Amino acid sequence: MMCEECGKAPATVHIERIINGRKMTMHLCRDCAQRSGLMTLGMLFQPSFSINSLMSAFLGSQLEALPATGPGAEGPRCPVCGMSYRDFARVGRLGCSRCYQVFEDRLEPLLRRIHGSDTHVGKAPAGAGEKARMRRQLEDLRKQLSRAVSDEAYEEAAKIRDRIKEVEAKLRGNPA
Amino acid sequence: MTSKDAEVLNGILTRSASPWMDGSGELGSVVISSRVRLARNLEDVPFPHLLSENDASAVMEKVFEAARNIGEKGFGGPVISISLDKIPPLDCQVLVEKHLISPQHAQGKAGQGLVLRHDEAAAIMVNEEDHLRIQVLRSGLELEEAWVLASGIDDLFEQNLDYAYDERIGYLTCCPTNVGTGIRASVMVHLPALAVANETSRVLTAVNKIGLVVRGLYGEGTEGQGNVFQISNQITLGQTEKEIIENLSLVVRQVVTEEVKVREMLYRNHRVEVEDRVFRALGILSNARKITSDEAIRLWSDLRLGVELSMIPRLEIKDVNEILVLSRPNFVQKFFGTALTAQERDIRRAELIRKHLASRGV
Repeated sequence: MMCEECGKAPATVHIERIINGRKMTMHLCRDCAQRSGLMTLGMLFQPSFSINSLMSAFLGSQLEALPATGPGAEGPRCPVCGMSYRDFARVGRLGCSRCYQVFEDRLEPLLRRIHGSDTHVGKAPAGAGEKARMRRQLEDLRKQLSRAVSDEAYEEAAKIRDRIKEVEAKLRGNPA
Repeated sequence: MTSKDAEVLNGILTRSASPWMDGSGELGSVVISSRVRLARNLEDVPFPHLLSENDASAVMEKVFEAARNIGEKGFGGPVISISLDKIPPLDCQVLVEKHLISPQHAQGKAGQGLVLRHDEAAAIMVNEEDHLRIQVLRSGLELEEAWVLASGIDDLFEQNLDYAYDERIGYLTCCPTNVGTGIRASVMVHLPALAVANETSRVLTAVNKIGLVVRGLYGEGTEGQGNVFQISNQITLGQTEKEIIENLSLVVRQVVTEEVKVREMLYRNHRVEVEDRVFRALGILSNARKITSDEAIRLWSDLRLGVELSMIPRLEIKDVNEILVLSRPNFVQKFFGTALTAQERDIRRAELIRKHLASRGV
């Protein structure tokens, strides 16, 4: 629907007025609505750009894409807090920090959509570098382990398993 | 809470002056205050909305312990730690009115906590939407200074707690809208001249178009009250904290320039009208026997404009700002130590404002 006033822009503001008991509805574009003087300050500041509304729109479409019933209906589930992807898409809040890993594939496009980026460039905790290094090391070791197992190199695999335990213990902050 | 801490809290809840609203700082005649908030969480601990009462209380105790380790030096002043479910609901509401906690944080749920500097310049909400929300408040346009202190406090908490942080997407927050830096920088501005000239919506719509958000004095839905607006960033990922702060400061400076331009024009071309409005406000505020908070805030805006234009030599900006706090319904009840009906509040509010202005000689 186009604006009733200028006919040039889409009508995005709909104002209902009751004058002498008769209801009148006006469909205006934002600019004409502003000029009409009928909008309150509160109405004018409905943020036209709000990352909350971007997020709800995005999550709404993801909810629709999930099968309504059956095994895939809830999407993946976080092992730490038990939240499913459907739960998240419904409330817009994650359950714990691990959810970011579990739902990574679905969250990335969401982050790009609302922030225009999926990469942090700001402050990092002082201890973050060391921890990240250990996590990467852990990933490497796990890959080596599955390779060793499929090669049936069991002696090698046992050694790698011990290394994994060591790094995991360090990551938890209590070196073995 | 020790009885000494309770005394400190009571002092905060019954005083109308907050150092971060004392009119000092850059552009203090238009910018009321600056705030920087950092959202932080603990690794592999469910976010507050999924925590049981016991687990939430355990998180709160952990954060309180960290706060004890950080100490006076780390916070830049002495602090008290408060379990918000252990204090009366009215006290929580006064903390909301003083902008120290959010309305969501005043529900009296077990595990909701607050670490508060005695001078109200730093307030850490525990188990609000995130495990920690580190807030620093400053008078005037001082985002950079607020960020430096918030980041310093953040470093010290990090030494005591295991933060949820991801190499690629930064600090992990309950809502994806805060992920990355977790920063919300926000500036409170008083724009009475733009309002008189009917220019407020034009200026603020432009601000919104470049990705910043505008809210009213007491959050969403209070737009226009007292001609006070809070402008803040929305995006938290893909920009550094410094960029976010500099961008916001730049926009605020432009808004201030527009406001000042209109003020000068008004004063030049409509001096009598401006003076009339200011002194009528002063007349009512210093004489009324009954006043609602809405009327008080409306007149407050006119009075503040007069002080900003140096029309009332005996009043300073900090004296006027106190009227904002004195006008709040819960503050009035806390101050008089008793529950009051709306009618009684209006009477007591008028009395508080009258005495306050009289004590400043007007």
